[in-house]
Amino acid sequence: MSLVTLAVAAILFTVGTYLILQRLLTRVIIGLGLVSHGANLLIMLSGGGPADPPVLGAGSTGQIADPLPQAMVLTAIVITFGITAFLLGLALRSFLLTGTDAVEDDIEDRRIARIERASEPLPEPDPEMHEVPT
Amino acid sequence: MTWLLPLVVAVPILGAGLTVLVGKRLLLQRLVALLGVGFVFLAGVLLLIEADSGSAVVTQVGGWAAPAGITLVADRFAAIVLTVSSAMLMAVLVYAMAQLGRDSMDWWFHTKYLVLTAGVALSLVTGDLFNLFVGFEVMLVASYVLLTVKTGPAEVRATMSYVVINLVASALFLVVIAYTYSITGTLNLADLAVKLEAVDPGLRTALGLLMLSVFGIKAAIFPLFMWLPDSYPTAPTPVTAIFAGLLTKVGVFVIIRTQTLLFGQDGPSDLLLFIAGATMAIGVLGAIAQNDVKRILSFHIVSQIGYMIMGLGFLSVAGLAAAILFITHQVVVKTGLFLVGGLVEEEHRTGALDRVGGLLHRRPVIAAMFLPLALSLAGIPPFSGFVAKLALVQEGIALDRGIIVAVSLAASLLTLFSMTKIWGGVFWGEPTKAELKSSRGMTMATGMVVVASLLVAFFAGPIADLATRAAADIVDPAVYVDLVLGGS
Repeated sequence: MSLVTLAVAAILFTVGTYLILQRLLTRVIIGLGLVSHGANLLIMLSGGGPADPPVLGAGSTGQIADPLPQAMVLTAIVITFGITAFLLGLALRSFLLTGTDAVEDDIEDRRIARIERASEPLPEPDPEMHEVPT
Repeated sequence: MTWLLPLVVAVPILGAGLTVLVGKRLLLQRLVALLGVGFVFLAGVLLLIEADSGSAVVTQVGGWAAPAGITLVADRFAAIVLTVSSAMLMAVLVYAMAQLGRDSMDWWFHTKYLVLTAGVALSLVTGDLFNLFVGFEVMLVASYVLLTVKTGPAEVRATMSYVVINLVASALFLVVIAYTYSITGTLNLADLAVKLEAVDPGLRTALGLLMLSVFGIKAAIFPLFMWLPDSYPTAPTPVTAIFAGLLTKVGVFVIIRTQTLLFGQDGPSDLLLFIAGATMAIGVLGAIAQNDVKRILSFHIVSQIGYMIMGLGFLSVAGLAAAILFITHQVVVKTGLFLVGGLVEEEHRTGALDRVGGLLHRRPVIAAMFLPLALSLAGIPPFSGFVAKLALVQEGIALDRGIIVAVSLAASLLTLFSMTKIWGGVFWGEPTKAELKSSRGMTMATGMVVVASLLVAFFAGPIADLATRAAADIVDPAVYVDLVLGGS
């Protein structure tokens, strides 16, 4: 049972990492969701195997399950949920503003790299420096 | 005084709710925000006095005894950082109110700012690993929303990478929590310190390195800093200033806390010293290549983090005391420098060095505020940076760590060089025509920070003594463990 869970967590991490490395924010968001699911599964695993519910008088095996990891997973899920919603909003705004939700390179970085390649003094200030080229 | 400890987190959160309730009434929102942040500052001072009198303040939330319940702890170290941070939160709040239209343009600025305050306070006083995760998330969620206040394409682009990097770090944090819990069965920091002693050294090192990577992303140490100079400069000045002054330092605080408390028994670490040296060198070299005031300063955030990690790497009382002194100095100076950078930007609508100039003649007061902060950042006597760096270098020489001392001195020299670059570009040269005069309130708030920085230098003696006492507490994990587990 817990080996299967572990394998599922590993697959979630692999797929999630691949998606996070993409350029489109929508894919990154799905990747982040998968990675945090993997992390949640790991926390579930850390609580030990299945046992009686931690309620007085319930169950019969005498072994009581650890309720703490479940409380932590619940908190983590809620936080991830909120931030995913925020990221989706951000992706939508990016799409409305620039027509794409691709994560761009740092503009000022590219400007400095250009200067370095040309190895000349500062070029004319770029009027569109603070605009994302579409 | 233990009742004060939960209130440090609860009052700003309640205040955030209240700012929503009063609606779009700017005066009331401002009043609530000022009272909320002011309360945290007052509480920080009181907790510091209490902690320094020999009895650190510990409380178990909900009355559950230590390993089961959530512990809040304000020892000297936490109280010092809390006091300095909340003082800067206050100054930046005044600046934001004075910046024309900033907080009236964005109705929920005060709400987000109070949530940020609560997150910072919780991250500093918590004594529980999972609660620390929650504190970080509260702080980060507020910071995501603050970054998108002025939502042009540039801000959206910058926020994207910032949010994604921090989310990856949060997922890794959850993984660390899962590993820690399955190895030791506890997440209480004091309890962990006891139980990790018995854990296999290999496993312990793996946990230590994982935690260092997670908090290293938040603190922007080498090689995990690349998101910082990309995302900070695009935000509005008050936001950048408070991020620069606080967020990375909270990361450093947690690195120092976990590395000394949980993984200190393996002795000083060459890895930490290597990270420290690389962070200093690469940060400052990056700064020299930049052409924008805020971007230069952003790279300096990274560079200065290296000095704090250097103090931690020594893992001695004097080294940690120097690191604490450095954090105190750095929170103030960095906030101040970004506020000055904001004044420059406000007047010219740009901070690019090749497009502003001659500010010395037109607004000498801005130059007068920039100079002590810049010299302090570079470590020129008699300013606060000198005291902190002197303490670090002295300890480095005493421990025979020549290489890191040489790197730190070289980085200081390069810092001075890039500060002269700002000085030459912004304050000297032909005056350019300003579009707008920055308001008196903004200048006053910046002046407050400058005075605070001068005070740190003036009272360097007492502050260094206090830092030494705080360092003596954290060097020996038994002190913290006794506080939390013994007192319950």
